[in-house]
Amino acid sequence: MTVPVLSLKDITKVYGRGDAEVRALRGVSLSVERGDYVAIMGASGSGKSTLMNILGCLDVPTSGRYHIDGTDVGSLDERRLAVLRNRKIGFVFQSFNLIPRMSALANVELPMAYGGVGAADRRARALAALEQVGLSDRVRHEPNELSGGQQQRVAVARALVTAPALLLADEPTGNLDTASTEDVLGILDGLSASGRTIVIITHEDDVAAHTKRVIRLVDGQIIEDRRQAPVDGLPPRMPEVIA
Amino acid sequence: MSRLEILRFALRGLAANKLRSFLTTLGILIGVAAVILLVAFGEGASQSIQQSIQRLGANTLTISASFAGGGGGAGGGRVSAGQNAGPRTQARSLTLEDARALTDREQVPSVRSVSPVVTANSATAVHEGASHPIAQLVGTYPSYFEATNKPVESGTYFVNDDVIAARKVMVIGRTVAEGLFGTADPVGKPVSVSGVPFTVIGVLKESGSTGMQDADDVAIVPLPAVQQSLTGFGALGSIIVQATGADATDSAQAEVTAVLNQRHGITPTGTADYRILNQATLQETVSSTIGIFTALLGAVAAISLLVGGIGITNIMLVTVTERTREIGIRKAIGAPRSAILGQFLLEATVLSLVGGLVGVAIAFAGTRFTIAGISPVLVPSSIALALGVSVGIGLFFGGYPANRAAKLRPIEALRHE
Ligand SMILES: Nc1ncnc2c1ncn2[C@@H]1O[C@H](COP(=O)(O)OP(=O)(O)OP(=O)(O)O)[C@@H](O)[C@H]1O
Ligand SMILES: [Mg+2]
Repeated sequence: MTVPVLSLKDITKVYGRGDAEVRALRGVSLSVERGDYVAIMGASGSGKSTLMNILGCLDVPTSGRYHIDGTDVGSLDERRLAVLRNRKIGFVFQSFNLIPRMSALANVELPMAYGGVGAADRRARALAALEQVGLSDRVRHEPNELSGGQQQRVAVARALVTAPALLLADEPTGNLDTASTEDVLGILDGLSASGRTIVIITHEDDVAAHTKRVIRLVDGQIIEDRRQAPVDGLPPRMPEVIA
Repeated sequence: MSRLEILRFALRGLAANKLRSFLTTLGILIGVAAVILLVAFGEGASQSIQQSIQRLGANTLTISASFAGGGGGAGGGRVSAGQNAGPRTQARSLTLEDARALTDREQVPSVRSVSPVVTANSATAVHEGASHPIAQLVGTYPSYFEATNKPVESGTYFVNDDVIAARKVMVIGRTVAEGLFGTADPVGKPVSVSGVPFTVIGVLKESGSTGMQDADDVAIVPLPAVQQSLTGFGALGSIIVQATGADATDSAQAEVTAVLNQRHGITPTGTADYRILNQATLQETVSSTIGIFTALLGAVAAISLLVGGIGITNIMLVTVTERTREIGIRKAIGAPRSAILGQFLLEATVLSLVGGLVGVAIAFAGTRFTIAGISPVLVPSSIALALGVSVGIGLFFGGYPANRAAKLRPIEALRHE
């Protein structure tokens, strides 16, 4: 068996201290294979975002071990962690998090700038990524000139432009209407079909229905891990879209 | 991630808030320009005053009659022989005999030459219809030229024979030469001063005027010639004594004082009826005064530079706080700490460097103007210092907020509102 893209063992996260102590994660163990498409569901406050931030190396767990692509994240120093975030992970936020006063193109180019990709190559790949999310006609627009759905598509383009091993999305459709939600999910389905590993957080069963596997969190613990499609197959809603 | 790339990010960050960047730069600009300009003015003032003093001649004492009495009074380097108090005997003016007494090798060994001087003010010289009011018509001895550092450029000096014979010959300054003769050669030409005919025998080398008085608007003639025709054989205006060397001025002053006290009947407690201006003492006093003055100016300017620096810190703190979320996003997509640190450090450095360079340019432009008769003189070290300090301020004061930004964990930065 190949090395899993993600592998968590007994991850816990405690916020605060004393009376204010919150145990957001209470021992989460999880393994995600290459090509899987996972939805993490659960009630508000169940620890989904906390888990996602740890997966994206934006935060550090209180205890437990975490490997990405076989690399032990806990053993990395600040500089290597930055490289890891840059090369292996693409993160899509619920609140888009584009950099203001920078064009869509510049926003998508940014991770490659930090990754040391040459200017011409960078431009070509950013344009290709924007085309992939259907925004070729909006490359010069700044975030405040784009609709929420368009901003989120720019954010997806930014996350996938470095061809990361892992695409993480924390409620990517939480702020979007149905049509935009369908746009974004269509893009994610396409990425999954092309073999990308994706983990998304969602509240909505409709969104979860697009994925191959659904994990349910309650009070910082996994209480259900259900597979709805094989890892190496197409995402379950894909055929419908094609048909 | 290349340096150029980080610089581009920094410039973009600055451009995003143009007015703020401009105002911050302005603070540094004013500080740097003020430091350089004020120091340049101090230096200019110092040089111009030193020049005026040097024009008194090297190692000279100027003795002049003092009827004011009672010591004190303004003026650096003025030294009264015999201090105040005590009843004054009848005040006597300086005479040719006083001057002769000072040539006594035994009593005044430190004196090299003695030049009695009378000055006729506002004498008008005429040559073939052209007339020029000579600011200073000096009657003296040949030693005057050397003592007061006035070399002849064309023609000759007058000599002792001319003095004995009271010949009506004249050495004129550049301003007088131009006033009377234009571009023609004045040597050998006749000039009449208040109806008295003189012959020009030499033209002084231009000494260059600084500030108030034109040192080239002068004519020098043998002492008796001017006494006979213009001033009469009365008191001398002053006596210029040249010491044998730079280290002999003080002893020369003591010797001269002793001789004159004796001749004028001044008791050790009495008030002298003459005063001695010692060029060396004057120069020291003036240069130390100006040094303090320049240092004060520089300090005031340095404070404004510091205030400019605090402005940069302030702006960088605001910028970093305001853009914490942006920093979080950048870190989340893989910006290393060095890139974040570099970007904000560069923003601060560009602000201070641009401010500093424009400040230097403005200071350069400013030093072309002459203000109150003082032409500023750029001091290169002040430019280096001001620029160095402004960039240092950028790095140092920008470094703190930049480092704070770079150290944030991505999630902390992202949660910042
Ligand atoms: N920075 C923090 N400091 C203290 N407690 C926190 C912090 N972040 C989250 N928590 C707590 O941790 C628990 C899990 O939060 P988390 O954001 O992971 O929930 P979630 O499942 O993403 O909820 P939602 O669906 O509303 O986004 C919550 O009880 C929350 O109050
Ligand atoms: Mg959440």
